[in-house]
Amino acid sequence: MEASRKLELQKIACKVRMGIIEGVHAAKAGHPGGSLSCTDILTYLYFEKMNIDPQNPKKSDRDRFVLSKGHAAPALYSVLAHRGFFDVELLKTLRQIGSILQGHPDMKYIPGVDMTTGSLGQGISAACGMALSAKHFGDKYKVYAVLGDGELEEGQVWEAAMFAGNKNLSNLTAFVDYNNLQIDGSLSDVNSPYPIDKKFQAFNWHVITIDGHDFDQIENAILEAEKIDKPVCIIANTTKGKDVSYMENQCSWHGAAPNDELYEVAMADLKKVYEELQ
Amino acid sequence: MSDIKTVATRAAYGETLVELGKKRDDFIVLDADLAAATQTGKFKKEFPERFYDCGIAEQNMVSIAAGIASTGKKVFCSTFAMFAAGRAFEQVRNSIGYPHLNVIIGATHAGISVGEDGATHQCNEDIALMRTIPGMTIINPADAVETKLAMEAALQHDGPVYLRFGRLPVPIVFDDDYKFEIGKGVELRAGNDVTIVASGLMVGEALKAHDLLKEKGVNARVINIATIKPLDKDIILKAAMETGAIVTAEEHTVIGGLGSAVAEFLTEEYPVPVLKLGVNDVFGHSGPAVKLLDEFGLRAENIVEKALKAIDIK
Repeated sequence: MEASRKLELQKIACKVRMGIIEGVHAAKAGHPGGSLSCTDILTYLYFEKMNIDPQNPKKSDRDRFVLSKGHAAPALYSVLAHRGFFDVELLKTLRQIGSILQGHPDMKYIPGVDMTTGSLGQGISAACGMALSAKHFGDKYKVYAVLGDGELEEGQVWEAAMFAGNKNLSNLTAFVDYNNLQIDGSLSDVNSPYPIDKKFQAFNWHVITIDGHDFDQIENAILEAEKIDKPVCIIANTTKGKDVSYMENQCSWHGAAPNDELYEVAMADLKKVYEELQ
Repeated sequence: MSDIKTVATRAAYGETLVELGKKRDDFIVLDADLAAATQTGKFKKEFPERFYDCGIAEQNMVSIAAGIASTGKKVFCSTFAMFAAGRAFEQVRNSIGYPHLNVIIGATHAGISVGEDGATHQCNEDIALMRTIPGMTIINPADAVETKLAMEAALQHDGPVYLRFGRLPVPIVFDDDYKFEIGKGVELRAGNDVTIVASGLMVGEALKAHDLLKEKGVNARVINIATIKPLDKDIILKAAMETGAIVTAEEHTVIGGLGSAVAEFLTEEYPVPVLKLGVNDVFGHSGPAVKLLDEFGLRAENIVEKALKAIDIK
């Protein structure tokens, strides 16, 4: 990736993170930790990769995206807003009565949301359905999904993994946002889904492991995935709460909003990151 | 009565899938390793490339169906009622119901007439579960004719549809010129003393009950309600006003099904006695379907008893 493009994506991702904090702070609720960890993946997909049109969000040949870890909705909304699907100011209405920005992604009302998610494990199955539909009806679009690492504890994920492997859904690429933390603690403390790579491989997926905050690695993984005639799982090593000092690697920030004081700290942290990118 | 043609609605489901498949190629059929039983196997044999087996993973299948529907394609999603409405309830609610996607759930082996498989497979609560999902259309066809028409209507319908089918062969009730419309009940017999509102395999029993009551000098109106949600309120209100007493008959628990739907509506709009005939809050057990229907009181004679009681207290 060209250095200038990479810098541009890093700046966009930083703005997206600011949007996450704005939204969650205004809502006084939401899930900042896991939103901040998957931001770079979503930014790459929406700003670099996917065939989409913010002016025509339902165009039939668009690539599909499913946020299987639906609680990271603030990240998806912020990416969609910054990509032009709706006004960035709307992010401050997150979770409010009358807002289209529901606590979890809602395909009925939010431009750019391809699948309603929130109940863990169901999104990856829906992504399989989209991929199956594309293959069956000869459509060329790709399907991308982001799973949480804690979400891998849901049995339905492995039903979907088995199905995608058996039907060889090579048009499906699923990221695992591997930040190693869930609500109750670290993954291994709660109920280990390890080894993640070997499990997907066992279901006949191709597995790639990357740094989920490195745009070069995200891009290379997707380019590799496109050459593979199998469903692909990209295990993205990420930092929960990425770029907000007090949230990084703290499971307590999985589902909590910053107060006014901590909001200022978070925004200052992100502004600093942004300035360092200049 | 013995020479009346009987066909299981699940068999009609399988046959109609093939018929529809010959007419159009814009839908997919899913099953969860029960194609022989649900009868989607007929479609699989005819159109193997349009049939996808999801294996024994109903929750995944339901969400896959949602994903297919989200791309603008039609899909039939088939398994036993126990697993479609029971095991995968939350997937039906959140993946299909909440986004209001065009998935047609073909749920077979509903009710106690599953028979020998016993209580684990006798789903007497699927209608109650599906009724709680906003925007869900629930159709429980009475016979093979209505099954075919309901499936055609479901393919044209905007929003999720739960089709409830049985394992046991049941008499053909409707002529070939029968007109089916989602949300419309049908008066099958006239009468002004009491109304029997029936659904599914209980429609045949309700017609028998009508004849038995006639012998006792009672004129019972018989209404077929195939679409349990949305309920045809007009036909129920008219029946309540004109006959003053209602008996509901369903092969389902008396909690939350057709009887509840009718009673909930009438208690607010036009209270009259509503006596519910169904499975009385108990689990079933193994045995031949016809004997279970006798044992659990799902027969014309039981309807007659309820009808006379309803008239008595009106």
